[in-house]
Amino acid sequence: MIHAAPWDDQEALEIVTRHRQLPGAALPILHALQERFGYIDRAAIPMVAEVLNLSQAEIHGVVAFYDDFREQPPGRHTLRLCRAEACQAMGANALVAQAEKRLRAGLGATTLDGKVSLAAVYCLGNCACAPALMLDGELIGRVDAARLDQLLDRLENAA
Amino acid sequence: MSAKISTKVYVPRDAAALSVGAEDVALAIIGEARRRNLDVTVVRNGSRGLLWAEPLVEVESRLGRTAYGRVTAADVPGLFDGAFLEGGHHRLSLGVTEEIPYLKRQERLTFARCGLTDPLSIEDYRGLGGFRGLERALTLAPESIVEDVVDSGLRGRGGAGFPTGLKWRTVRTALGSQKYVVCNADEGDSGTFADRLLMEGDPFLLIEGMIIAGIAVGATSGYIYVRSEYPHAFRTLKQAIAIAYKNGYLGAGVAGSQYAFDLDIRLGAGAYICGEETALLESLEGKRGIIRYRPPLPAIQGLFGQPTIVNNVLSLAAVPLILEKGASFYRDFGMGRSRGTLPIQLAGNVKRGGLIEKAFGITLGEIIDEFGGGTASGRPFRAAQVGGPLGAYFPREFLDTPLDYESFTARKGLLGHGGIVVFDDSVDLARQARFAMEFCAIESCGKCTPCRIGSTRGVEIIDRVIAGQDRDRNLELLDDLCELMQEASLCALGGLTPYPVLSALKHFPEDFDRPARTLRAAE
Repeated sequence: MIHAAPWDDQEALEIVTRHRQLPGAALPILHALQERFGYIDRAAIPMVAEVLNLSQAEIHGVVAFYDDFREQPPGRHTLRLCRAEACQAMGANALVAQAEKRLRAGLGATTLDGKVSLAAVYCLGNCACAPALMLDGELIGRVDAARLDQLLDRLENAA
Repeated sequence: MSAKISTKVYVPRDAAALSVGAEDVALAIIGEARRRNLDVTVVRNGSRGLLWAEPLVEVESRLGRTAYGRVTAADVPGLFDGAFLEGGHHRLSLGVTEEIPYLKRQERLTFARCGLTDPLSIEDYRGLGGFRGLERALTLAPESIVEDVVDSGLRGRGGAGFPTGLKWRTVRTALGSQKYVVCNADEGDSGTFADRLLMEGDPFLLIEGMIIAGIAVGATSGYIYVRSEYPHAFRTLKQAIAIAYKNGYLGAGVAGSQYAFDLDIRLGAGAYICGEETALLESLEGKRGIIRYRPPLPAIQGLFGQPTIVNNVLSLAAVPLILEKGASFYRDFGMGRSRGTLPIQLAGNVKRGGLIEKAFGITLGEIIDEFGGGTASGRPFRAAQVGGPLGAYFPREFLDTPLDYESFTARKGLLGHGGIVVFDDSVDLARQARFAMEFCAIESCGKCTPCRIGSTRGVEIIDRVIAGQDRDRNLELLDDLCELMQEASLCALGGLTPYPVLSALKHFPEDFDRPARTLRAAE
């Protein structure tokens, strides 16, 4: 479960200001905002731009460029399945199909009840214990259909 | 409390070990020892790299360190029922760790210390020979440090294989008000994990290598750019940096010398292209990870426009030993123009995947068959992709290829970061070729047209081939497209994506000649 606070302009500004002196501060700031709020609210764009003395287009461009940065709040849980070659060699594609079917959501989407965000990831660096996935930040290796079912059960019973 | 010395039990804290239950095993061992009133100290070490055996538990007994492989929490009471704490036999026994053939046959230079102790104990690091390279570097003129690295023959371990020392020489002589050392820890290639193992298992080695690099070229500031998919490595390094500051190895007066070196760590944000050095620099500057035109080289105008060393984790981690033991010690390992050792990563459909550090020159077949023990599925071997998603697929006939940069180039392959991904005979190389183009389309930074548009066109063409539409003409078109991408792309992403595609076509043409079908992306 990702514990994110609801978006708060005041707190966001404090976070942005705290990191402003770092050389190349945009990524550390955006990471810090997302860690706190779970996503980067639209309101952050002019805020970060002003503090860093950059254009809004530049900040928006950064947010849009990187896969990690979300512009919408994610589901309460995040399941990232590795789709890179080493995991493919051990059956990752079947796991993707299994997760999509059970969650009734495709890669990059969130279930209708807002519970689980499903995403592909290209390499978690666990290639010798493939296939791998990351559930709410926890890395899990040697996943097979039964283990994935077990994890999906756990999600089903979770809040 | 008994006066007897506590028995040390090692349970790795490495991400791979944790991913298969190491945390539960550690807790079970602590709990079981308490229940039985036994004096046990659990040390959370890095991984030994025998990932097939994780969680690999070791006991320090009079026999030396003895190992138990693939231990689960449920196995723990049974282990204690036997002579576990004396290193006694059990069905999970692997014997004395150093005698395990997988480890014994290796030539560990960079990974010599990895997995031996708690990676965040700077005392252990010193006790096991750490900082000796730095100590020697401090007795040398900076130019001599650079020449040692040049003489060692060390080439960039990130994939391009450019001589590390020459890069350093350029930065040393370049003019700039603030020079930088940047560590590229954006290890995004599938099948590679050596950077991660090292950052989690021996972080001070990387820090030591960066300090030496800073002294050598006159840089007083360094950054480690770690990919966000590696949260464990990020946390470990962050702590290690704080410990190094506390112990006087970072900041003003490095290890009591007149040199200063500040080090910070930054987190990537899920863009594969940031492993390309100029995109990485853009990202460090807080911008989109779009690659830069070259020239100017980063060595002349790198981070914030200043002379910058950008080196891979393994290149920097090789430096302390080169300084400690001398350039010729390192250079005496290897073959041809590939000197020293390569931390090879074996993964995918293979029985015993893990980290294998060997001198350059061992063949692909020796790694896959002798270390790997064949496929995990037990089905026949069909292909190995070497060098990450931009590397070629090699058939069985190519297993005699020695691991050496030039030998791979001669076979239109790529050694890259030394990752080997094994596939059994269920693999469909047409699908893998499609994936290579799809991956390029997903990860392209968009700056140059051959990569941005070419990759999408590549997926469409391969789809038509698979669907049986006008195969000959489409294959010719694909060939043409690959040539264009190779010749006209600005960086390795677009320029090398044709490698997996063309190798699949060349060595596995039958897969492009199967009955017509359609593919869905995630099938």
